[in-house]
Amino acid sequence: MIWFKNFKPGWGIVPVVIFLGVWEFIARLNLIPGEIFFPPFSEVMREFYYLLASGVLGHNFLSSLVRVLIGFVAGSFAGLLVGTAMGWKDIVNKSLSPLVSLIYPIPALGWLPLLMLWLGIGEALPIAIIFICAFFPIAYNTATGIRAVDKNYIQVAKTLGASDVKILTSIIMPLALPNIFTGLRLESGMAWRVVIAAEMVAIPSGIGALMMKAESLMRMDIIVVCLIVLAVMCFIFEKFFASLEKKLTSHWR
Amino acid sequence: MPSVELRNICKHICRDVCLDIFDKEFLVLLGPNGAGKSTLLNVIAGLVDYEGSVFFDGEPVDSLPPSKREIGYLFQDLNLFPHLNVASNVAYSLRIQKWPWDAMEARVEELLHIMKIKHLSSRYPGHLSGGEKQRVALARALALAPQVLLLDEPLSSLDMQSAKYMRMELKQLQRQLGMTTVYVTHDMKEAREMADRIAVIESGRLEQVATPGEVFFSPMNKKVSDFIGAPNILDCTCCHSAGRGIAEVECGGLPIIVPDDGSKVRKIALLPRDIYISESKPPGPDVNRFKGIVSGIEVAPDMVRLEVEVGGNCLSVEMPHYIYQDMHLAVGKEVFLIFKLRNIKIYRGEESKKKNV
Repeated sequence: MIWFKNFKPGWGIVPVVIFLGVWEFIARLNLIPGEIFFPPFSEVMREFYYLLASGVLGHNFLSSLVRVLIGFVAGSFAGLLVGTAMGWKDIVNKSLSPLVSLIYPIPALGWLPLLMLWLGIGEALPIAIIFICAFFPIAYNTATGIRAVDKNYIQVAKTLGASDVKILTSIIMPLALPNIFTGLRLESGMAWRVVIAAEMVAIPSGIGALMMKAESLMRMDIIVVCLIVLAVMCFIFEKFFASLEKKLTSHWR
Repeated sequence: MPSVELRNICKHICRDVCLDIFDKEFLVLLGPNGAGKSTLLNVIAGLVDYEGSVFFDGEPVDSLPPSKREIGYLFQDLNLFPHLNVASNVAYSLRIQKWPWDAMEARVEELLHIMKIKHLSSRYPGHLSGGEKQRVALARALALAPQVLLLDEPLSSLDMQSAKYMRMELKQLQRQLGMTTVYVTHDMKEAREMADRIAVIESGRLEQVATPGEVFFSPMNKKVSDFIGAPNILDCTCCHSAGRGIAEVECGGLPIIVPDDGSKVRKIALLPRDIYISESKPPGPDVNRFKGIVSGIEVAPDMVRLEVEVGGNCLSVEMPHYIYQDMHLAVGKEVFLIFKLRNIKIYRGEESKKKNV
């Protein structure tokens, strides 16, 4: 098991390559009738190229990306503000905490029927769902992170002449960053999962909608391309926040 | 530097506490855990609401927040900001006051130099030893040259040797900067080494405020005496040098050898735990060894306390249970007491003048 001890992060590509190889091999064995239900990886990649070259994938991907970015940035920002207020001021926490605790467990897609009636089917719908998906967990994590900051640091800062606002910006927020980033990291991936689901159910454009069209045409290769795009985007978003967190906090943690 | 006056302070356990701390004085608040020492420190700092009044140089500061009281506060847990490096921790209060960059840099450098931690300036608190953290926290507290320095058991997390050096440095620094300083501790030894005066506090009440010698050799009441270890205190009537750095003093009929520095010994104190007891005559020269009669035995849960009559004095002696069980002690039995030279505490000052506040 020496190879296991020497396992480095760069080696993470090896299982992926093995998996793709096995996938290609089994698909080529033709155990399941035809290539329709189980296309080999090479066929999927060929389709990926066609979709990219024709602009279909790019167009749908951009639709999804814009929705995710707008919804996630707005939801995170609002979540940060409300979470900060809840963590910092007891009165805000006592007022909002019961509400947040009640609404937080509702899955983001649970809002879909209600929002379809309120907002109609259009761009606002997926953005609103992603907003909700990001808002509650990030507000919750931010409030928890702020309240978890040792009160003694605040006492020390007071004796050193810091005002309440200065204490918040220079002590509390930096120390709450690890908790805040946990929320951002998890929800950035979740935003992609939610947008795909919303597009599959209600929106005529985007990666999710492309998957639904492919399903009706029995194009497994296109469905798999969309799934790969989804997986890669979730991975990239989560990694982005993980590396940002590392950059901002690893020097003192 | 201002004097600090506390008038009728009530907060948590503290009831009607009145205390005067003189200008440039090193006052130690001494008492057991939960006595209200840290509460008083927080009252002076303005970190808690309280009843009563606090005056700095005769001016009331009750309405001032901690940031306006010009205090430096060193907390027991130090609480260095973990996300800031040493230099940024020290510079924190200067940044708050918006010092110009050059002046701030120079001040930080000066403080790091004084505290001998210049080489640590870019390190983060997570990578510092206990003693280094101590110095950084002190440098941070001193950055704005506070009028009053408050120290809450700052050496409790250090090992004995480091704490000893830090005590000396702290005292030296306090003299050098001439700051009015209030130091909280439950350690009598620490208090004796550092204090100009000691304020003994017990259950939120000040029991005695006096010089270390007065507190130790003339405890005001049983609570103070018990807290400092209920020492046997003997008045010395006669003292003459025996040469070679030792002197012989006459205490209640007992000729006791003590270290000599040329000054008159007025009292000596022996903690009950520092007196050794033997059933047979101990070997060695007949110095600081006395014959006595056991006049009382009290078996307490944590140790055994004996009363021994020696030359007209009644001395308390403490011993652990396992030693007591190995001996065959009984009231009326003859025993030998041994006073170790370095365990004898000596009072050479003026006749104690108790000050009740």
